[in-house]
Amino acid sequence: MNIAVCVKQIPDPAEPGTLNPDNTLKREGKLILDESDSYGVEMALQLVDKAGGGEVTLVSMAPNGVRDGLRTALAMGAAKAVLVSDDALKGAGALDTAKVLAAAIKRNEFDLVIAATESSDGYTGTVPEQIAELLDLPSVTFAKHIEVDGSTVKIQRQTESGYDEVSSPLPAVVSVTAGVVEPRYPSFKGIMAAKSKPVDEVSVADLGIDSAIVGWAGAGQEIIAVDQAEERQAGEIVEDDGEGYAKIVAFLENLKVI
Amino acid sequence: MAISNVWVFAEAVDGKVKTITLELLAKARTLGGEVTAVFGGDGATVAEELGAHGATKVFATGDLGDKMPGVAIASAVAGAGQSPDLFLLGTTYEGRDVAARLSVKLDRPVLTNNSEVDVDGDTVIATTQIFGGSQLVRTKFTGPGPHLVLVRPKSFAAEPSGGGAAAVEELAVPDLGPTGGATILDRHVEEATGPKLDEAAIVVSGGRGLGEAAKYEMVEQLAKLLKGAPGASRAIVDAGWVPYAYQVGQTGKVVKPNVYIAVGISGATQHMVGMKGSKHIIAVNKDQEAPIFGIADLGIVGDVHKVLPKLIEALQARG
Repeated sequence: MNIAVCVKQIPDPAEPGTLNPDNTLKREGKLILDESDSYGVEMALQLVDKAGGGEVTLVSMAPNGVRDGLRTALAMGAAKAVLVSDDALKGAGALDTAKVLAAAIKRNEFDLVIAATESSDGYTGTVPEQIAELLDLPSVTFAKHIEVDGSTVKIQRQTESGYDEVSSPLPAVVSVTAGVVEPRYPSFKGIMAAKSKPVDEVSVADLGIDSAIVGWAGAGQEIIAVDQAEERQAGEIVEDDGEGYAKIVAFLENLKVI
Repeated sequence: MAISNVWVFAEAVDGKVKTITLELLAKARTLGGEVTAVFGGDGATVAEELGAHGATKVFATGDLGDKMPGVAIASAVAGAGQSPDLFLLGTTYEGRDVAARLSVKLDRPVLTNNSEVDVDGDTVIATTQIFGGSQLVRTKFTGPGPHLVLVRPKSFAAEPSGGGAAAVEELAVPDLGPTGGATILDRHVEEATGPKLDEAAIVVSGGRGLGEAAKYEMVEQLAKLLKGAPGASRAIVDAGWVPYAYQVGQTGKVVKPNVYIAVGISGATQHMVGMKGSKHIIAVNKDQEAPIFGIADLGIVGDVHKVLPKLIEALQARG
């Protein structure tokens, strides 16, 4: 069984984010594997293991051929990666991203495509379903449990009030929530092996996509302003001297909620 | 020129229209033009409520059976033979699927996670919050419509318009081909007690600062005493301490309670964007540099394991 896993390399979410003058997110410096993607990578590795053969291929889009985050996922056990890196993609929206990733996925045989439900920097949450439509495939978003049985994938899909049991023929596109599986830490052996794993770096043209329809040129949207939100003022901050709880009680009393 | 028709993706649970839909209808009415709802189900069950909130018409697919709603509804809309200038959808499980499928079918961008929508002449502008809500990004559509906009719950106030029942029109779901391969076999409803997280007047959320999963019990106990709902940061949901349904934040529920109590939560931007609209915020955290204190009305710098038991005891003593 061959699985394509969409992964994103993002600026460390622990650092404060900043914008470029053109209002795109600053992606200079080290990029890391989006933690949300580590669940999909792990899930794919386990499914391939269980199937008794096949491999996990990473599919990613990043500026400047950045590979730091890909290496993390390769060290976890993915076999190889397709990396789309092209200046034409600057300013790409979710739809462009999906078009690029869908084309990149098609460079290899696959039975299943796995992605996170959303990235931790852009949060659009639409890319997996857009990829499915572009590939003319069924899709199941928000999977919290996945099992493959022959040519069928069975999924527990998170819903507002619980979960649905969903069945789909393969190939299919599935987006996974955190908690679908516990991601492994790369072993030393894995980290060493990752250095020699193939990364197929391609441009937009290599994918047969016209660079005039992606990035700023094809986004169909334009940022017109970035404003400071009204700031919430900090109130009273006190050190707990053993009576801190009483402050809370008084605060709640004052609001008449107790 | 102005826009002349706005469609709203309508969602309902057991025949009751969801609040996010009513919020979108309230907004749609202010943008000018005719307001039409799009519903994946039996239109007759929701026509009255949708009409009372401003929809003059509801396009309904009829019962979707075991089909995945996202692809079915998007295909029906794409094949409707008419299209709106603007289509508003909630940032919900189904709303995102519908918008995503539709954006490919129509080859139109979709603007996501918005908290405001404006129309200036025939230009549609959507506003999204970034960096934990500290900055607002306004983006306009530059291409032709229909413009697809996903809106976060609780961005607008729901308000009835006093309109009569919406006229129901059928919206046929075409043959989905391979995209219709996934089917729903069974639905599980997890019973929750107490008020719902996104509707509760008081929310008590716990984070990594609790130290271990077992300590989350204190959060539940405190929430119960205050007749509120327990919530959680993404960190402890990812760690498996509590189910995903408890998560407050960008990925998770948006809450705007009267009182939000954050316990052992440092205040990652991920979390803040889901709760900073709360009326009053109380935070307990041992790190006085924690960002959560920057937005708290009352902050207690201290050990949650000392503060919480005393607080619980004091509330219990009040009966």
